Amino acid sequence: MTRSELIEKVAERLDGFTLKQTEIIVETFFDSIKEALSKGEKVELRGFGNFRLKTRQPRKARNPKTGEAVDVPEKRVVYFKTGKELREKLNPHLK
Amino acid sequence: MTRADLARVIFEKVGLPKKEAQDIIEIIIDTIKDTLAEGESVKITGFGTFNVRKKTPRRGRNPQTGEDMEITARKVISFKASNILKEAVEKAESE
Repeated sequence: MTRSELIEKVAERLDGFTLKQTEIIVETFFDSIKEALSKGEKVELRGFGNFRLKTRQPRKARNPKTGEAVDVPEKRVVYFKTGKELREKLNPHLK
Repeated sequence: MTRADLARVIFEKVGLPKKEAQDIIEIIIDTIKDTLAEGESVKITGFGTFNVRKKTPRRGRNPQTGEDMEITARKVISFKASNILKEAVEKAESE
């Protein structure tokens, strides 16, 4: 499923919203999550999952083309932990 | 950030009443969940991709009792942030 397919599906389930309006809302939804994360904030969507940042230590890497050593500085990466309800929905046999 | 905070941001940015924003957030999340539960991945351009991965059964150990046990086959979600999201959080302060 792509972003535009998601927008179509959401619009089908909604009453009184045009596709364009739905698109703006879906876009705002993901933008808001992105903004929160970029401020170092955790995003908790119960039943779906949590997004938070993890810290990657600085490391030395090599440019695969030139073989030259480069320093990769410390950085934050997004980590998604699946929520209980979604995990159970994926694995009904484990309930 | 929680669902309620997301509803507030959507209200501020789009002017949608909070109650309606909350309903739409629920529909967006449910649509993504239903799609993943069917084993289909969800690719949101500019945000990231949720993939469903099948794990084969393996031998494990109960960390509390030290007992050997079978870890059954299951489906897990892996989230891969898009380059845009990666760049947005790279230099964020962690919580």
